[in-house]
Amino acid sequence: MNALPEVSSHAMARSRWRGGEIAFWVLVLACAFLFPSRYLIMTDILRLALFALSLDLILGYAGIVSLGHAAFFGVGAYCAGLLALHGIITEPVIALVAAGLVAMVLGFLTSFLVIRGVDLTRLMVTLGIALLLEALGERFSNITGGTDGLQGIEMAPILGLFAFDMFGKTGFFYSLIVLFLLFLLARRVVNSPFGLSLRAIKNNPLRASAIGVPVNRRLIAIYTLAAFYAGIAGALFTQTTALASLDVFAFEKSADLMLVLVLGGTGYLYGGLIGAVVFKMLQEFFSTITPQYWLFWIGLVLVVIVLVGRDRMHRWALWLPNLVIRKIAGRKAVVAVPESDAP
Amino acid sequence: MTTLFTILFDGVAYGMLLFVLACGLAVTLGLMNFVNLAHGAFAMTGGYVCAVLVNNSGWPFFAALPLAFVVSAVIGVALERTLYRHLYTRSHLDQVLFTIGLTFMSVAAVDYIMGSSRIFIKLPAALEGQFDFFGVGIGRYRLMIIVICGLLTVGLQLILAKTRFGSRLRAAVDDPRAASGLGINVPQVFAFTFAFGCGLAGLGGALSAEILGLDPYFPLKFMIYFLIVVTVGGSSSITGPFLASLLLGIGDVAGKYYVPKMGPFVIYTIMIVILIWRPNGLFGRTAAR
Amino acid sequence: MSIRRQLLLAAGAVAGVLAVIPAKAQDAVKIGLILPMTGGQASTGKQIDNAVKLYMQQKGDTVAGRKIEVILKDDGAVPDNTKRLAQELIVNDKVSFIAGFGVTPAALAAAPLATQAKVPEIVMAAGTSIITERSPYIVRTSFTLAQSSTIIGDWAAKNGIKKVATLTSDYAPGNDALNFFKQNFTAGGGEIVEEVKVPLQNPDFAPFLQRMKDAKPDAVFVFVPAGQGGNFMKQYAERGLDKAGIKVIGPGDVMDDDLLNGMGDAALGTVTAHLYSAAHPSAMNKDFVAAYKKAYNQRPGFMAVGGYDGIHLIYEALKKTGGKTDGDGLIEAMKGMKWESPRGPISIDPETRDIVQNIYIRKVEKVDGELYNVEFATFEAVKDSGKTKK
Repeated sequence: MNALPEVSSHAMARSRWRGGEIAFWVLVLACAFLFPSRYLIMTDILRLALFALSLDLILGYAGIVSLGHAAFFGVGAYCAGLLALHGIITEPVIALVAAGLVAMVLGFLTSFLVIRGVDLTRLMVTLGIALLLEALGERFSNITGGTDGLQGIEMAPILGLFAFDMFGKTGFFYSLIVLFLLFLLARRVVNSPFGLSLRAIKNNPLRASAIGVPVNRRLIAIYTLAAFYAGIAGALFTQTTALASLDVFAFEKSADLMLVLVLGGTGYLYGGLIGAVVFKMLQEFFSTITPQYWLFWIGLVLVVIVLVGRDRMHRWALWLPNLVIRKIAGRKAVVAVPESDAP
Repeated sequence: MTTLFTILFDGVAYGMLLFVLACGLAVTLGLMNFVNLAHGAFAMTGGYVCAVLVNNSGWPFFAALPLAFVVSAVIGVALERTLYRHLYTRSHLDQVLFTIGLTFMSVAAVDYIMGSSRIFIKLPAALEGQFDFFGVGIGRYRLMIIVICGLLTVGLQLILAKTRFGSRLRAAVDDPRAASGLGINVPQVFAFTFAFGCGLAGLGGALSAEILGLDPYFPLKFMIYFLIVVTVGGSSSITGPFLASLLLGIGDVAGKYYVPKMGPFVIYTIMIVILIWRPNGLFGRTAAR
Repeated sequence: MSIRRQLLLAAGAVAGVLAVIPAKAQDAVKIGLILPMTGGQASTGKQIDNAVKLYMQQKGDTVAGRKIEVILKDDGAVPDNTKRLAQELIVNDKVSFIAGFGVTPAALAAAPLATQAKVPEIVMAAGTSIITERSPYIVRTSFTLAQSSTIIGDWAAKNGIKKVATLTSDYAPGNDALNFFKQNFTAGGGEIVEEVKVPLQNPDFAPFLQRMKDAKPDAVFVFVPAGQGGNFMKQYAERGLDKAGIKVIGPGDVMDDDLLNGMGDAALGTVTAHLYSAAHPSAMNKDFVAAYKKAYNQRPGFMAVGGYDGIHLIYEALKKTGGKTDGDGLIEAMKGMKWESPRGPISIDPETRDIVQNIYIRKVEKVDGELYNVEFATFEAVKDSGKTKK
């Protein structure tokens, strides 16, 4: 009886908005006005961030590894594309939700396959599902356009008011709003008792089930939710680029996603967002310098990050701010470990 | 009817090839519990070494094959000693990040050195073409693959089961602490095993150039296949991956022949069904032993 | 506690990197070259990039008093990358041309941008007929698959080939090749006995080839994208299709000069119809091949020629407009332009803005110990029949 209020107060403490978080979103918004010529890449980053957020929900909070998350991304992308192409649902926001729901249904159905087995099995089952969908897409090329993808998608204005423009401004703000809303939802979910029970499962499934957490049902629920998120990310992709091709299912997509999330750190929601920013920036930076061999430098960065260790990197990165805080504010410096890992 | 045998033969050859390529990964992943996604890079190295020796330096093909093994093994052991061993204790996600990074580097480096076009290894005339065996078309090159890979498999099985090294390795894997307490030099055993796995991959790479094509993107393209072999096969012995490779090879070839439009479905479906049925693979730790 | 600082930092980093927007030089004419420089299509991208660099070395980088600046971007043959890069090049770098485009989806993805921004899009590789119809600002210097496929179809029907099995990659160019070949070949009295479409990413041709062999045709019609031809030929020989008397015919993509020499003697005698052979007997081509080989230690393939002619077209258009870079003027200047290319005489069709060129029937032979596609018949000034059929 004693534990209950403690848990809920802990959850409440976690769910309070902190200054840093607010600053983060303000900064994101500021970027929108600071770099009006870079909307496209920023939209790209937002989409990737949402996608990574989706993976973080299952990997960071429930401990389900997946190498096939692109399956849901792809389903969302093709749904949005087909809905727009055949004029079934022309209004982007409704189409977005519809696409998300379709991905969600797929997520629910496949979750039964995924919750079985150990990490490696899960990796391969999820990967297998994505590859299977890719093969299906190629097989039914009369519907999906095969390797050439859906051509000639034209997007109606959002809510009938805001048309997608060539500079990607509408697309950017649209993506930003969607990301922010879904982020709020995710934040709410992971700090709810449901979210806490997921963490319990991640830490020790056996013990969690012993204290009465319905392990499988919880895992199915979060997996389904993550599929919804990924589907939305995919639909955003189609809507903002007016393209959908089989690349959306590709192994590279899932693998890159994994890199993004691991780069940013799992289990604190912002990991995917930061990872997306860092990964895309690195890619853009290196591929501008050397369009042929940027892969080498990205690889080198990954290797160095692992060898040096992310914790140490964080400490180095925080050295200057820490110094400033100590000198100016005179209070204790920040710690360098993501919160989820701290006791 | 004879076509069926030809297909079966092709499938077996393809499967054997996959086995040689992937069994090093089965060892690192299954026995040493290390996710080495850069495995394909070692295979690629072997392939390019062989290609350069044969095409540019005029070595005979059969002399270049062992060298492909040796070079890949040496690079493997060098990397193991300098980089990999720091990562044995790290989380799987870190290992993924690290080895993918290595793969990216190898891809770009080979692209830089060798160019991005596909290359081929000039084969001796004796290995080209097909001969008829009671009406069944037998490709000479594929036959050679089956022979080499078959011998390797038997050899590996014997080494693991019968030799002193094999029992040391199994002991080191089962309980590294107890093993080192018994005086087994665990890091050395691991390094040797790792190098051997890389060498096999290199040999596989050299053999596969003819059939799968060799270009700088080889490690990324075939990473999925390697992973399938290892997960479907399970990791407790090399019999599992061996059977999984054969299954995959025959399934892939037969699927493409009989239902060309459904080709890729066949292997992915087989994989998912097997993994649902036996989450630890055909010969998982819980199943065998 | 910790996160907030990290977030600030990360965001700061974004700001920092985004701020590095390339400074604009006023008088240079910029060309955005979007090519697959990584991934499976990388060899296409490299050839075109090489050819463009070679041309600029030979002809200098100033035209009509303006400096030419090429900005190379890698799209990895993924259409959404292409689109983003094209958009950024147009909006941020203010390029006057977008060029390159290794695959059809990439070229199509950029088409609406070309229309909207009135920027000429020079297609140097992708070969599906429909591309030039997607925007009035698209001009092509590569080829269309209809050009070579119809011709090889006619040729096969007239040269004693009755039954053909087809093996084509399952994507738009492959389907174009298949359909145009079928149309002309069956019209000429030929018969298709087996039709297999192979997935684009395909490691092992063996099972498909076995199907070909079992169908016992006179010849196999093959289209696989540039780069995969070598594997196909190797396995064709391995499976003994050559011994079984089954010939290989097709558009020349499968016999790309880039790879031909590595294919081995199995390729000997293969008859293909194509726009370019490194063995094309003209003085200009000899110089081109020699210069390319010297610079890159490699034989140029048809992709390289597409790039070489593409940059030539840009140069000539700029000369004609006197260095003015408005899209409509440039397109007008390009229409109907004729010139001598390493592949032979070519021109830009004023109506479709597509390329008009000679198609050669070639046979693989050994010349000085190396394999070459030796031309033995020429069809002059072939237009893209993909457009006239409507």
